Amino acid sequence: MTTAFVTRSTRASRIAMIIAVLALIVLAAAPWWAGRADLRLMGEIFLYLALACLWNLMAGYAGLVSVGQQAFVGFGGYMLFALTMFGGLHPVVAILAGGVLAAIVSVPIAILVFRLRGAYFAIGTWVVAEVFRLSFAQVSSLGGGSGSSLPVDVVRSLADSRSGREALAYWLALGAAVVVIGVVYAFLRTRRGLALTAIRDSEVAASGLGIDIWRTKLEVYVVTSAFTAIIGGLIFLQKLRISPDAAFSVNDWTAFVIFIVVIGGIGTLEGPIIGTLLFFALRETLADYGTAYLIALGAVAIVVMLKAPKGVWGLIRDRFDIELFPLSYRVRTRDDHQGN
Amino acid sequence: MMEWTNAIVQGVLLGGLYALFAAGLSLIFGVMRLVNIAHGDLIVLAAYFGLTTSVMLGVHPFAALMVVVPLMAGLGYVLQRGLLNRTLGDDILPPLLVTFGLSVIIQNALLESYSSDPQKLSGGAIETASLQIGGLALGVLPLLTFGIAVVVIALLQWIFYATSLGRGFRAVSDNQDIAQIMGFNKAHVFGLAMALALAVTAIAGILLGIRTSFDPSVGGGRLIFGFEAVIIGGLGNLWGTLAGGVILGVAQTIGAKIDPGWQLLAGHIVFLIVLAVRPNGLFPRVDH
Repeated sequence: MTTAFVTRSTRASRIAMIIAVLALIVLAAAPWWAGRADLRLMGEIFLYLALACLWNLMAGYAGLVSVGQQAFVGFGGYMLFALTMFGGLHPVVAILAGGVLAAIVSVPIAILVFRLRGAYFAIGTWVVAEVFRLSFAQVSSLGGGSGSSLPVDVVRSLADSRSGREALAYWLALGAAVVVIGVVYAFLRTRRGLALTAIRDSEVAASGLGIDIWRTKLEVYVVTSAFTAIIGGLIFLQKLRISPDAAFSVNDWTAFVIFIVVIGGIGTLEGPIIGTLLFFALRETLADYGTAYLIALGAVAIVVMLKAPKGVWGLIRDRFDIELFPLSYRVRTRDDHQGN
Repeated sequence: MMEWTNAIVQGVLLGGLYALFAAGLSLIFGVMRLVNIAHGDLIVLAAYFGLTTSVMLGVHPFAALMVVVPLMAGLGYVLQRGLLNRTLGDDILPPLLVTFGLSVIIQNALLESYSSDPQKLSGGAIETASLQIGGLALGVLPLLTFGIAVVVIALLQWIFYATSLGRGFRAVSDNQDIAQIMGFNKAHVFGLAMALALAVTAIAGILLGIRTSFDPSVGGGRLIFGFEAVIIGGLGNLWGTLAGGVILGVAQTIGAKIDPGWQLLAGHIVFLIVLAVRPNGLFPRVDH
């Protein structure tokens, strides 16, 4: 006889998980097999992947389409510099502390910008990011408008040799990407994640079911901001130099991230991963063409938004009905011979 | 004391320019609930069109308006019917992301064709001319800009409430489907609204270009000023938008008076305070 049962996992998801673990082992060993430039590029890819997952959680699930996340990238970067230079903290501790501070700062900001709806929310978050940029440009001990470099003794405190430091920065980036993907995935599988998915699908219906929309959005905003600041700290740990314009750049930390998520598939966990790979493939191929590649990127994002609003992953999922990160429940049947 | 009065008066006049940045944004939001992230870049695009026109034809930037206004209006109509109409609907993501993509395209296309060197429109004698009024030296250009802003907003108000075009705008704004049943072609009406908004943008771009130097990256900042003026004044109220621009301008000139680094910061802070205290703006539209 056959019994029906409900499960989340599928064969595709189990295979994907095995491949992911194998890939992770290979990637973790990269400092031994990859060159310096490749290591640096891969580190950058992981940090963008983390930023994309975070923005996707906010915009794709909580409906908070922010164009001001550079506020927290820059904040995290500046906290790394300030806390190591004036607080004497170890860089890794300073980066984590930056995340905690960002969570605290994000609460009053959320209370303010949540008053704006939709696109006005988006521009409101941008204003906040501008306030951050202009404020940090006023802090002369951090180099004012021209910025500053991370002092040599702080850099040395990471590791003695340059290759040791580069490997550490790489592992931190890889670890951050894995943690962010893991946290977002685990969060979406919980009761709160389900509430969030309900909000994504219909705010009216979700509030009718008793979900506190404002509170759920606030939680997502605070958590996202904290992680974004940590990623920001790691970005500037790689760069070793910070300035207000680089730290709070809307193009680098928001426009690219939005394109990654939209092209990959917004509102899915797989989308940001595919989008990041496509983005870097495009960037590395077209980098010689300068601004032309940004024009192409903008055009591709527009076409995707209009023709395939669920992105590349949406197309794949509709065609093959697979989920690599299983979130939805499926009913399956199992032949059960021993029962006879 | 005189210095402060001067700062306030200069701020009021600067507010006229911000109101011009904002008017198009306000109009578009009013008619189709669209927030155009590329609005600032379109202002800068208009300034570059003004530059090319005045250099190639050897005319004053004001005369270039004869070319740039129809050009931007035409671009607005085509952009709306060809692209932006497809993004309108219940979902807020498509319009936001498509106009964001547009913003990046315009910025980089300008970089490609004009380079990142700052440019300026040469307005000739009007740039430095000033009037002495009660001990204050008022620049003719800022005065003219403010006057133009008042005229443009009065004109938009008149179009909105006293013409058949405005009736179309108000009809689709109230209810798109019923307007469609009543014989309005909403795709066309939206196209006309965007054409009108970008015609105003053309004026704003030329005045910006005469007042200060500009480069392809300044669009985002102009969008933010326009947006702040709209929110401070109250959504959907054009005269409120002018008041919002003036408040923003005064905040900036007073901030600059205290410390030059505080000019932009003071404007943003006033915006955030208004948002905290009066989230619907100072003069929200009363819906009848």
